[in-house]
Amino acid sequence: MSNTNEILERLTTENYEYGFVTDIEMDIAPKGLNDDTVRFIAQKKNEPAWLLEWRLKAFRHFQKCEMPQWQNFSMPDIDFQSISYYAAPTKKTYNSLDEVDPELLATFEKLGIPINEQKILSGVAVDVVFDSVSVKTTFREKLQELGIIFCSFSEAVKEHPELVRKYLGSVVPYTDNVFAALNAAVASDGSFAYIPKGVRCPMELSTYFRINAQNTGQFERTLIIADEGSYVSYLEGCTAPMRDENQLHAAVVELIALENAEIKYSTVQNWYPGDKDGKGGIYNFVTKRGICKGDNSKISWTQVETGSAITWKYPSVILRGNNSVGEFYSVALTKNRQIADTGTKMYHIGKNTRSRIISKGISAGHGNNSYRGLVQVNAGAENARNFTQCDSLLIGDECGAHTFPYIETKNSSAIVEHEATTSKIGEDQIFYLKQRGIDTEKAVALIVNGYAKEVLNQLPMEFAVEAQKLLAISLEGSVG
Amino acid sequence: MVDSIHRSLFTITMLSIKNLQTSVEEKEILKGLNLEIKAGEVHAIMGPNGSGKSTLAAALTGKDNYTVTGGEVTFEGKNLLELSPEDRAREGIFLAFQYPVEIPGVSNINFLRTALNEIRSYRNLPQLEAKDFLKMVKEKQKLVEFDAALTNRSLNEGFSGGEKKRNEIFQLAMLEPKLSILDETDSGLDIDALRIVSKGVNKLRTDKNAFIIITHYQRLLEYIVPDFVHVLYNGQIVKSGGKELALELDEKGYDWLKEEHKEKELV
Repeated sequence: MSNTNEILERLTTENYEYGFVTDIEMDIAPKGLNDDTVRFIAQKKNEPAWLLEWRLKAFRHFQKCEMPQWQNFSMPDIDFQSISYYAAPTKKTYNSLDEVDPELLATFEKLGIPINEQKILSGVAVDVVFDSVSVKTTFREKLQELGIIFCSFSEAVKEHPELVRKYLGSVVPYTDNVFAALNAAVASDGSFAYIPKGVRCPMELSTYFRINAQNTGQFERTLIIADEGSYVSYLEGCTAPMRDENQLHAAVVELIALENAEIKYSTVQNWYPGDKDGKGGIYNFVTKRGICKGDNSKISWTQVETGSAITWKYPSVILRGNNSVGEFYSVALTKNRQIADTGTKMYHIGKNTRSRIISKGISAGHGNNSYRGLVQVNAGAENARNFTQCDSLLIGDECGAHTFPYIETKNSSAIVEHEATTSKIGEDQIFYLKQRGIDTEKAVALIVNGYAKEVLNQLPMEFAVEAQKLLAISLEGSVG
Repeated sequence: MVDSIHRSLFTITMLSIKNLQTSVEEKEILKGLNLEIKAGEVHAIMGPNGSGKSTLAAALTGKDNYTVTGGEVTFEGKNLLELSPEDRAREGIFLAFQYPVEIPGVSNINFLRTALNEIRSYRNLPQLEAKDFLKMVKEKQKLVEFDAALTNRSLNEGFSGGEKKRNEIFQLAMLEPKLSILDETDSGLDIDALRIVSKGVNKLRTDKNAFIIITHYQRLLEYIVPDFVHVLYNGQIVKSGGKELALELDEKGYDWLKEEHKEKELV
């Protein structure tokens, strides 16, 4: 654990040295959303004409869109005109940790985040100089040797326009939904990765490398391409609570796996959830989709969602290639007044495709947690297989858990299995553990960990340990 | 260190219950219970249904909804009623539940290790290393004849009634408590299981620990021979005696005691 933190410490400070984020400017776009806003953004990023054109088309489409009505929560009023769509990456700078919200610091402590990382995460100016033995240099060198491209989206537009142009919007077109249209129009930045043929990426690619992009997390655009026979594991987010001035987060992630390739995408999300009464908090409206384009390809989504006021996302997989595999593992926690409407869509198109869905919802306080899933088997999808397990765990008497499973099969050779359980953390269970010397907090952590184990085991190991801690901390105070 | 030598030389009262009154949902159940237990002793508590046997167990372990309305309970000189349930456990009180709950997803072994280390931490003992812990598990499994296969499963999940009860005794062996309360451990056990459980408990008896055996039936007490037998009726201990009292109850039932006690009330 401490070894990881050591590495991360170095990486996050060196991040600044290497200028990974290309635009560190002082300008902030005026509030409001119109053609000029889109042009302003494209200009600030020195984008080529084709990208500006794409943005403008997306914007036109956005203007025609209507807000969806089918979600299982009441849609907050979002005034799109009162949002600023471009802001410099690091705005708030404190002089020391003393100026930072002590509650925030307490959480950092509990998660075992080292002091310098805490400073960076809270926007405190980091003035400590680390030695120059650069783990990150080694890392970047290694990647370069293998021909792996891993950089910011903006950088990719400049350095690898042909790749971006080929795949951007191919999985999530701007016509997909209102927030995808918005994202395409005003995307701030994001990650880009390309893994060449036959290459197995030797380490997890992580957004920690871009930690100072926290204030541009508003409309992130991520594009990952795994060429034939390649493998990559990507980690998004962190367990540390992330505050952001911007309430609306509408990111888009597109994954493309060509023949025999595999992409593993893990997310741990702990955005500010709002206060106990549900005031404030991030709206996390994300469109994530992967396409198993080539035969024998595989895409796996794993998510641990504990933050945000509203989490609304359905990481999905289009199983176009024959024998392709799609997986979705999720733990979504809602507490106080948090809302989650999340799940996945698996589209079985090719032959002998398989999908696996394990969803574990945890509701506490007045949280409202919905699983929404679609398993679609097209007419030509011979021998499609799906296994879905969606479980809900209720803590206390005032939370909610709902499931909306949709199964649409147009091929009679399909085998689709669906299991669902609903359970409660009983007072009896807590008392049993107490009578063995385990206090309430630890008891809840033990039970929840056991419940979420199948999903947490999918995460890369160190991430899993942190996610475990995060779940325990997030549930503090929810029982008794 | 000196203190504990001192204690073992003079048998000191481990648990002292004085005039305990307890109510559940405003209904008075224990109406002035008195009991003293010394280290090394085994006390059996018998009595008809509704007499308050399980309430006594709940009151001693600090279960929610069981409100103590009067009296005092001292455990090793400490006011037990002031302590939280987990602290009572850490002080050395163990309850073998009548109906042990299932906790899916939590492995037996992980749970035991957590509990053991919590208790050790409370007593300022170092945490048990994995290999020492596993050694202890093997040892205790053998001692109480507990099926190793069950240890690797989720806590009580899918266990038969008998297996759950035997798991309680296995935990007892692992946690080495000072005072163990066996709440109708014999209910739901077949003859063989009864024998094995009793054998295990007897192996765990020392002159430093004590047992409260709550039971309806005399049979268990043939295997786990008590030093004292108390009859709980209408929230109070109405008769105490040696192990012969259990035999007397087995022959006569509880009616004669109920009559006796009713008469006393009238007077």
